[in-house]
Amino acid sequence: MYTQALNAKPDAGEPQLEDAALLEAFQARIDAEDRIEPNDRMPAAYRKTLTRQISQHAHSEIVGMLPEGNWITRAPSLRRKAALLAKVQDECGHGLYLYAAAETLGTSREELVDQLLTGKAKYSSIFNYPTLTWADIGAIGWLVDGAAIMNQIPLCRCSYGPYARAMIRVCKEESFHQRQGYEIMVTLSKGNEAQREMAQDALNRWWWPCLMMFGPPDAASQHSDQSTKWKIKRFSNDELRQKFVDATVPQAHYLGLTLPDPDLKFNEQTGHWEYGAIDWDEFKQVIAGNGPCNRDRLAARNKAHAEGAWVREAALAYAEKRHARKAAA
Amino acid sequence: MAKTIRVNETPLVLYTLRRADDALILGHRLSEWCGHAPMMEEDMALANMALDLIGQARSLYTYAGEAEGGGRTEDDFAYWRDERGYRNVLLVEQQNGDFARTILRQFLYAHFADLYWRAMMASKDATLAAIAAKSEKEMAYHVRHAGEWVIRLGDGTAESHARIAAALEDLWPYTGELFEMDASEKALVDAGIAVDLSALRERWRANVKAVLDEATLTTPADGWMQKGGRTGIHSEHLGHLLAELQHVQHTIPGAVW
Ligand SMILES: [Fe+2]
Ligand SMILES: [Fe+2]
Ligand SMILES: [Fe+2]
Repeated sequence: MYTQALNAKPDAGEPQLEDAALLEAFQARIDAEDRIEPNDRMPAAYRKTLTRQISQHAHSEIVGMLPEGNWITRAPSLRRKAALLAKVQDECGHGLYLYAAAETLGTSREELVDQLLTGKAKYSSIFNYPTLTWADIGAIGWLVDGAAIMNQIPLCRCSYGPYARAMIRVCKEESFHQRQGYEIMVTLSKGNEAQREMAQDALNRWWWPCLMMFGPPDAASQHSDQSTKWKIKRFSNDELRQKFVDATVPQAHYLGLTLPDPDLKFNEQTGHWEYGAIDWDEFKQVIAGNGPCNRDRLAARNKAHAEGAWVREAALAYAEKRHARKAAA
Repeated sequence: MAKTIRVNETPLVLYTLRRADDALILGHRLSEWCGHAPMMEEDMALANMALDLIGQARSLYTYAGEAEGGGRTEDDFAYWRDERGYRNVLLVEQQNGDFARTILRQFLYAHFADLYWRAMMASKDATLAAIAAKSEKEMAYHVRHAGEWVIRLGDGTAESHARIAAALEDLWPYTGELFEMDASEKALVDAGIAVDLSALRERWRANVKAVLDEATLTTPADGWMQKGGRTGIHSEHLGHLLAELQHVQHTIPGAVW
C-alpha cells in the first residue's frame, strides 16, 4: 500500500551485459525506435541514468507542491483556491506516477524518497525560489509548467516505455496548468495598477530561473550525449530553452509585460528571440543548495516525513494484525 | 476600502450560510495539509476531500446570494464577513493538530454530513435538494476514508491509539452543536425545506460507535457540549484562519481575481 516490496537491486547477472554484442543489440533496438520495457535486458548505465532522471523528476513534482501550496490558503477567490488546490494535487499525482515508473527499474520509492530527504538527490532548481505574491502562482503556472511541457513533450517519445507513457498523461495536465497560470496573468494584467505591478514583479523574478530550468548550456552539459544516443533526450538544453523563449515572449507581450532582459531581441533572419546572458553562477549556487529556499524545502519534506512516521507505522501494524487475524480465522 | 458585509439573514439565507461555512472552513483546514501529509497518498486524499467541501461551499454561497436577492457572490460571503459573521460549527474550525486529530474531526463531521445531506435530498427546496444529492455522494467517501483511518490508528500501534483516543476526547464536546437547531431552522423544518437534526442524532451516534468499536476506542458519553459558532461566537482559531483566507482581497480590495 504505502511501502512497496520492491527493494531489490537490479539483478547482478542481468545488465553486466556491457559486452559489445549485447550493447550493440540494445542500441539497435533503440535506433529502431523500439520501446524498452521493464523486463527487457538493458545496460546498467541505461538503468542508472533513467532511474536518476525519473526519480529527480518525481522529486521535483513533490517538492514543487511546496511553493504553490504556500498560496492555497490565501488564494484570492474560491474559484482560484479550488483550482490551485487541484493543481497542487495533480503535481502530487505526477510524483506518485513517476515514482512508480522509477520503481519499474528496480529501486523502491522508499529508497528514492530517502535520497531526496537526505539531500543526496537533486530536484528542479526552480522550486528553490520563494512564492511571494499571488501573481507568483500565475507566473509559475504560465512559465514553470510551460517550461516543464517543453522538456516533457519530447519525453513522451522516450525509449523507456513506462516513462514515456507517464509523460503522455502528465503533459496533458501540465498544459492545463499552463493555461490556468496564464489566465491568472491575463486577469492580473487587465486588473488595477497594484495587480499589474504584481504581475510584472512576478515575471521579473521568475523569468531567469525558468530559463535555467533547461539546464546548463550545451557546451557544458555532461549527460546529454549518451542520453541522446539512448533516445532519452531528443533535444539539447539550448534547443529546448530557445523553443521556450520563442513561445513565451509573445505571450508576455500580449500581457503588456516587459521581460527583464534588456538584450532580448527578435532576429528576423533566424526567426528566433535572442536572449541575454544567463547567470550560471546563480544556477550553480542553487544546485549546490544555496538557493533562497533549498533549506526550507528539504526541511518541510523532512518534517512531513518525520511527523508522518507514526502514521505509517500504525498503518503497517494494523495491516499485519488484520493479516494475522485472517490467517487465524 | 471595501468593508465587511452585513448579510440580510432571512431564515433561508442563514440556513444556507451555516452549511456553506461548515464546508468552507473544514475544506480550508484540510487544504492546509497539502504538501505536508504523512504520505503522498494522503496529500491526494486530503486535497480531494478539501475540494469536495470547497465545491459544496461555493454552490451554497451562490444559492445564499440568490436567496438574499442582493446580488452577492460566493466570494462576497467568503471574503467579506469577519468571525462574528461566520456561522459554522466550532468543530470544523478546530486546528488540524496531528493527523489523528484531523482524521477524527473529519470522521465526526463526515458521519453527520452524510446523514444530513442524504435527508436533505428530500428537501422541498429544489436547489438545496440538488446540492444535497451531490454532497451526499462526496460525504459517503469521506465517511469511508476517515473511518478506515480511525480503525487503522485506533487498532494500530500504542502511539496511534493514544493519539486518536486523545483526539476523540478533545473533539467530542464539539459534536453536540452539529445537531443544534434554533427557531429559524425549526420554521424551515416545518416548511419541509430543512431536516430535523435531532432525528439524525441517534443514527449518527450508532454509526460513529460502530467504527469506534472496531477501532478499539470507547465512544465518549455526552457531557458538556460547546456551542456558539451558529451565532458567530467562535473559538480564537477562526480569526486567524480568516485573516489568511481573506488576506489578498483585503489588501487590494475591489479587484477582479
Ligand atoms: Fe507536474
Ligand atoms: Fe513536471
Ligand atoms: Fe503542473
